[in-house]
Amino acid sequence: MTDTTRQQRLAKPLDPFDFLARYGTILALVLLILFNLAFTRNFATMQTLNVNLTQVCTIVIVAVGMTLVIATGGIDLSVGSLMAISGALAPMIFLGKIVPIDSVGIAVVAAMVISVGVAGLFGLFNGWLIAKFRIQPIVATLVLFIAGRGIAQVMTNGNLQTFRVPQFQFIGLGRVFGVPVQVVLMLLLVIAAAWVLKRTVFGRQIIAIGGNERAAELSGIAVSTVKLVVYTISGLCAGVAGLVVIAINSSSDANLVGLGMELDAIAAVAVGGTLLSGGKATIVGTLLGAMTIQLVRYTLLANGVPDAAALVVKAGIIVLAVWIQQQGRRT
Amino acid sequence: MNDDILLSMTGIDKRFAGIPALSGASFAVGRGEVHALIGQNGAGKSTLIKVLTGYYRRDAGDVAFDGKPFEVFSPQLAQASGISTIYQEINLVPYRSITENICLGREARHYGLLDWKRMHKEAETLLRRFNVRVDVDRPLMEFNTATQQMVAIARAIGFSAKLVVMDEPTSSLDDREVTVLFDVIRQLKQEGVSVVFVSHKLDELYEVCDRVTIMRDGRTVKTAAMTEIDKIGLVSSMLGRTINRAEGHATAFSDRDEKKIGKVLLSAQNLSINRTVQDVSFDVRSGEIAGFAGLLGAGRTETARLVFGIDRPRAGIMHYDGQQFDPRSPADAIAAGMGFCTEDRKSEGIVPEMSVAENMMLALMPKVSKSGVIDEKAQRKIVERFIRQLDIKCSGPDQKVRELSGGNQQKVLLGRWLAMNPTLLILDEPTRGIDVGAKGEIQSLIKSLADRGLAVLMISSELEEVIEGADRVFVLREGITVAEFDRNQATEDVLMSAMAHGNAPRIVEAAS
Repeated sequence: MTDTTRQQRLAKPLDPFDFLARYGTILALVLLILFNLAFTRNFATMQTLNVNLTQVCTIVIVAVGMTLVIATGGIDLSVGSLMAISGALAPMIFLGKIVPIDSVGIAVVAAMVISVGVAGLFGLFNGWLIAKFRIQPIVATLVLFIAGRGIAQVMTNGNLQTFRVPQFQFIGLGRVFGVPVQVVLMLLLVIAAAWVLKRTVFGRQIIAIGGNERAAELSGIAVSTVKLVVYTISGLCAGVAGLVVIAINSSSDANLVGLGMELDAIAAVAVGGTLLSGGKATIVGTLLGAMTIQLVRYTLLANGVPDAAALVVKAGIIVLAVWIQQQGRRT
Repeated sequence: MNDDILLSMTGIDKRFAGIPALSGASFAVGRGEVHALIGQNGAGKSTLIKVLTGYYRRDAGDVAFDGKPFEVFSPQLAQASGISTIYQEINLVPYRSITENICLGREARHYGLLDWKRMHKEAETLLRRFNVRVDVDRPLMEFNTATQQMVAIARAIGFSAKLVVMDEPTSSLDDREVTVLFDVIRQLKQEGVSVVFVSHKLDELYEVCDRVTIMRDGRTVKTAAMTEIDKIGLVSSMLGRTINRAEGHATAFSDRDEKKIGKVLLSAQNLSINRTVQDVSFDVRSGEIAGFAGLLGAGRTETARLVFGIDRPRAGIMHYDGQQFDPRSPADAIAAGMGFCTEDRKSEGIVPEMSVAENMMLALMPKVSKSGVIDEKAQRKIVERFIRQLDIKCSGPDQKVRELSGGNQQKVLLGRWLAMNPTLLILDEPTRGIDVGAKGEIQSLIKSLADRGLAVLMISSELEEVIEGADRVFVLREGITVAEFDRNQATEDVLMSAMAHGNAPRIVEAAS
């Protein structure tokens, strides 16, 4: 009897929801591009590509870490605040506000390493709360979601920091062979994370924990360690994204850097086809998800729909994506 | 006669996804009667109760309650018609007052506002029925557990219950609380309220129940007065055995060559954790299948969890391979050379969204990788070898494990541990929920593994599996190893007697 049910399952016609859950994001992306080619003026230009890519970069960088976190069945609400912290800390270092540093090169490198490292440490703190005290991820990361931005504001006394340091701003404004540096950075991160998830023991352990934490633990996987590392990675990604944002803006405002980023990142992950309950993750999907959301927003703006209305459409897409996922899973 | 019957269920059928959970089950409870409902795991007790309380809809059969045909579609409706259910866990709100807890969900209203006066009065009257006199306006958490328990019961029963279903009510209670509960049951009985009592503790049944209905494989196999049936009778009806049954092999365990049994690999003395494991001692030798027999709740799985480092014992000592063994996590036990196929494949075994290969490699993974990167080729080789060896029916290593049948999922899990090349394998109900053909395959697989020197600790609720499969059988009863038999001593009647009474002589192990 079990044999026949399996055969039926193998032989069943293509399930539309299953198809949508698998290829829906890329389908939506292609449709959006076709729509824009037909109706949006000046769409097929390098400038449009650049605008969209630079805007999507920071979301994707954060969403890569978020994908790993969500793959373990967790969530990280603190990423926006961690961006603010790293974005506030870096200028203080390379402008010599903490310790005067003579060489600009050393100052910039120190600023990048330290501020990203600090964001990573805060991520580790999230992981520690979750792994050691078994606090629900949504609650544990809420702590830094609230406190993190406060810390950034206290560090800067709430002042706007402006600067013109080309060596630092290279990561937001520079180009390598005509490609914006942050796009290169984003692609490197995406490739690295996709490789880790697919090819390494660590990646497999992440998926196993999200898929069935008890089974993972009973198979000897060090669940706590994996969670610590995953939240640290999410913090590091947020730190990098914070630097990119302030480099683009030539200024750092602790009130604004990374504001609402946690939601954009989660939305990109969800639209990309990663299960929000964990156990199934795709980094490339996350990239496509972020690009889809970005392109929808661009399409609406370019065709005269106000930003406020675009937000509603964005929400609608997320709801649709999650719904399709659930339908696909039910089979 | 018919006036005395409160509830009668006849010919009840219920299927889940085509698999029958109940087939032609019947059940009758008289007025003011305390009726026990017992059976093994999966015998259909819970399904029968859920059909009664409207949680499931029956596929066929008739239910009559209080002289009328009974048709309810939700537990709320069942409660309104006079059937209350008390579940294993007590769900109360500790910070709210007793009144609020009792009236939760059925608040008295007065012009749309809460009518506190009436609710307090209601709560007081209700509790007085069970001889509890307390200030009902005080938060529940200020009272002792016995009172809290009474509140939970009072809440469930309310004023209108004619039949109270108690699903393993004593499993989380201590002895004193159990006494209180039994007083309540007697009180209810005096008032003409009937009680259906589900429990695995046989002694309790004799203490409060009038009659007993025994279920097996979705059918009701026997109903008898408690005075007419002894514990052996209960156990044998539950297990579907009649003593002095004709001999013959019912499992795929054929006679084993006992000469290959080696030295003691794992030994445990006086393990205890709490009420579930109180005093368990046993040992397993290389190349030997040691069986754990016992009724549900005897502490077999709990003991296995201690051995595998999932829980930590409060007392007792273990030795593994000649060394003292005190695992702090499953990883420790795995490093020592153990594997553990859990009873609940779904929640503790498979990772459903992962492929056959990924599931099988879950424990071995770090060992088939170079500096953290999985060696896909080496891994695939191992997986393909085990798919062949264990004869796993799947479309290939990449098929999702959730699409496989129960038997094949079990084989994948066996493969997960065998790939580790373990010295001891713990199998908790290795053939539960598996169709007959696959069952035999898994049994002969276990046998051939032991023949090759693997030590196996096998927990099974199927008597014939333990008797024919195990070289030695340890019988657990209420958290205590009450008996040990070797292969030629272990017969159905001695095992059942030990499971029922726990007074069988502990036989000194024969020299091997």
